[in-house]
Amino acid sequence: MDWSWLPEYGPKFIGGIWITIQLMVYSLIMGMSLAVPIGLVQVAGPRVLSWLALAFCTVIRGTPLLIQLWLIYYGIGSLFPYMEGIRESWLWPILREAFPYAIFAFTISVAGYAGEVMRAGFAGVPKGELEAARAMGMRPFTVLRRIWLPRAVQNVMPTLANECVFTLKSTPLAATITVFDVFGVGTMVRQETYKIYEPLLFVAGIYILMTGVIVLLFRWLENRVPRPRVSSGA
Amino acid sequence: MKSLFKLFAIAAVAVGLGAGSASAQIKLGLDSSPYPPFASKDASGKQIGWEIEIGEALCKAMGEECVWTPIAWDGIIPALVAKKLDAIVASMSITAERQKTIAFSDKYYNTPAVIVAAKSSSISGDPASVKGKTIGVQVSTTHQNYAQKHLKDATVKTYQAFDEHNADLFAGRIDAVVGDAIAIKAFLDSAEGKGFEVKGELTDVDVFGPGVGVGMRKEDTALRDKFNAAIKKIRADGTYDAITKKYFDFDIYGG
Repeated sequence: MDWSWLPEYGPKFIGGIWITIQLMVYSLIMGMSLAVPIGLVQVAGPRVLSWLALAFCTVIRGTPLLIQLWLIYYGIGSLFPYMEGIRESWLWPILREAFPYAIFAFTISVAGYAGEVMRAGFAGVPKGELEAARAMGMRPFTVLRRIWLPRAVQNVMPTLANECVFTLKSTPLAATITVFDVFGVGTMVRQETYKIYEPLLFVAGIYILMTGVIVLLFRWLENRVPRPRVSSGA
Repeated sequence: MKSLFKLFAIAAVAVGLGAGSASAQIKLGLDSSPYPPFASKDASGKQIGWEIEIGEALCKAMGEECVWTPIAWDGIIPALVAKKLDAIVASMSITAERQKTIAFSDKYYNTPAVIVAAKSSSISGDPASVKGKTIGVQVSTTHQNYAQKHLKDATVKTYQAFDEHNADLFAGRIDAVVGDAIAIKAFLDSAEGKGFEVKGELTDVDVFGPGVGVGMRKEDTALRDKFNAAIKKIRADGTYDAITKKYFDFDIYGG
């Protein structure tokens, strides 16, 4: 094995890792904020919104992420020349970059999958708890904030950890639309040095480390959240 | 029992030998993404193009049987080294950097590299004109090397495939593309390429090398000699010109 390329490409790898972290964190934060309402309306209605949410989840979960990414980047890109004045607009500097498209594609992907997870989470909270909260005089929003959402998240915590790992491992797709994440840097090393094994191993090692951090983080979170105990009441 | 085993062993060896001598097919590697008019697929999925015909003519001149193996561009040299291919016939420029890993035949064509931008653009062949602009190139090409060496004042975006940077040039996400003159001509002739033109020819022998050759493993010297002889032969007997006439209105062999 030959690792002589490592010092030369080290700084590029650090830049790549930073891009990967950004891709993952932004899309998780935005995707999860969408997933909560998407899950909730499927359980609590109204009917129209619940159908819309179901349709959204079905489309997102039913199509490969790579196709979504390319539709969003190259598909929308091919329409720009027909839009008058778009290149003079204030949006153009954003529309030119590849990074926002990657974030957008990953965000709706997280929203689609985690929306389904949250639906199950909300549905799994025992009715009695919600009724008890209401009987205490809580308003619907207070019930959601103090009882329903925390209990739902608690239910699906391990699944959400999986979702984060899954998102991390979707990020290399961004390299296909010129975003130089850690995988993109690894690809560059392969292409410039004609070495395959070492750069791929190195990149795989980085992903394992990052996954390890996510897993540990969720372990810590799960331990902090008190487990629901069946008690007969004192 | 023992003799039966022996018989099997002999049979296996015989089959092995037989397979060895019969599989004299040369595996020619080409880029799996289209690169018209050099190589692309027609509606029925058949490989067509100038380079396909030249490759087949070379095999005929050598008296060898060849099969085409499409491989993603960035994996084509590793595939050759790993013996998944025997020769690369994929518009690969002969460069010092690549010669560290593989060997090349003599050149079989040489076309200039050009910079292409919108007709209204101020970009020219002068490296100073791209300051602050975004330039698209295909990854692991001499064009990428040129951009990294001479267009330092520009942002260079690298694409996995040739048609992807053309798509982004059309979309306006990049201001110019550095690529091969002939391959880009196909884009300029298309509906999407109407608003664009060649802004200048780029020259740097250190970067672009003497031209395009057949890539082979360094140890396959006999094959290299055969390819060189075949290139000479089809140049001399008119086959090369006959094929070239079908695709180009000038001699792409270069000076």
